[in-house]
Amino acid sequence: MKLSLPLAMLLALSLAPAARAANEADYKAAYAAAEAASREAAGMRNQWTVTVSALAAAKKAADGGDFDRAVAAAKEAEALAKASIFQATSEKEAWKAMEIR
Amino acid sequence: MNARFFLLGSLSAALVAFALTSPRVIAADKVDPVADAKAFQNFFFQKFPTVKHEDFVNGPYSMNEDMKRQWQEKEEFPPYEFALDAGKEMFATPFRNGKTYADCFPNGGIGIRQNYPYFDTGEGKVVTLELALNRCREANGEAPYSYVKDEMASLTAYMAFTSRGKPMDIKIPDDPRALAAYENGKRYFYTRRGQMNFSCASCHVQSPGERIRAEILAPALGILNAMPIYRSEWSGMGTTSRRFVTCNSQTRAVPLEPQADEYRDVEYFLSYVANGLPISGPGARP
Repeated sequence: MKLSLPLAMLLALSLAPAARAANEADYKAAYAAAEAASREAAGMRNQWTVTVSALAAAKKAADGGDFDRAVAAAKEAEALAKASIFQATSEKEAWKAMEIR
Repeated sequence: MNARFFLLGSLSAALVAFALTSPRVIAADKVDPVADAKAFQNFFFQKFPTVKHEDFVNGPYSMNEDMKRQWQEKEEFPPYEFALDAGKEMFATPFRNGKTYADCFPNGGIGIRQNYPYFDTGEGKVVTLELALNRCREANGEAPYSYVKDEMASLTAYMAFTSRGKPMDIKIPDDPRALAAYENGKRYFYTRRGQMNFSCASCHVQSPGERIRAEILAPALGILNAMPIYRSEWSGMGTTSRRFVTCNSQTRAVPLEPQADEYRDVEYFLSYVANGLPISGPGARP
């Protein structure tokens, strides 16, 4: 009875899917998504410098064969680009609240 | 009967309470530059009642007495002096075709800084002094200068110097495109951008006189009257274009190309709302 908990944990761990290292296809998919969002932000004249840096970091990591790092940087770039799109969209009206009247 | 009065009274009270607590309704979007300029100037005059109106053009020095004293001493041998001398010489030097900058501007280019930028009804766009200088060069077969520093800063420094003390005098012609450009500039000024989520107004309307790291923020009112400026931080001169580009970068926004429509329009807006305040350029800033 006392052994049942450790055994259950061991069983659960052995059955849990092992974390898979990212490959080039993962990177390409993540980078394409980030690049599309980044292009949309640039089209709204609201690109962020950090998005550009994250995209460059993703490419550099992929060029060096570090796809885990490349995918992480690409996902960060996509999140930043989406935040800048949200900012540009909300500011279309929100700027008026700051105006001196 | 009493119950009906009570009900009506309660309803009226609820309506009044709702009206008082509802969020401020933003006024209708009517473009009124005259009212804007009045409100803009009054905001700063009331926020800083001890600052002389004409002193706002001196940026952070109008906000801090210690800095002002240091600046006044520095003005005896101002750091922009070399650029000023270079600009004067460049302005007088003929192009290869024999013409000079004076041929491109009203009054030979002397004492006209306060009228820039202007709205060109032929082109349907705002024309800044920097843009007009490069167009003058190109019209005379010369290559345009970089918009952000060096030669352009020297030329505009000299032209500003010949206008020192003259009140900013920007006109908005009766043309819907001019009003649209003005409104676009105003929108750009108040719009938050970059990862820092800052607008121009975040620093220069909400926080003038406050420190951002080691710097004291300048008020937006009259901020362009001192352009171009020597900045110790840059170890050199910078134009209005450079100021906009670096402000964008500091908020982690990718800057637009110098003399992009948005930059031209925001210069138009900021200059218009500073009408009446003296030209003080070239300036020196920390």
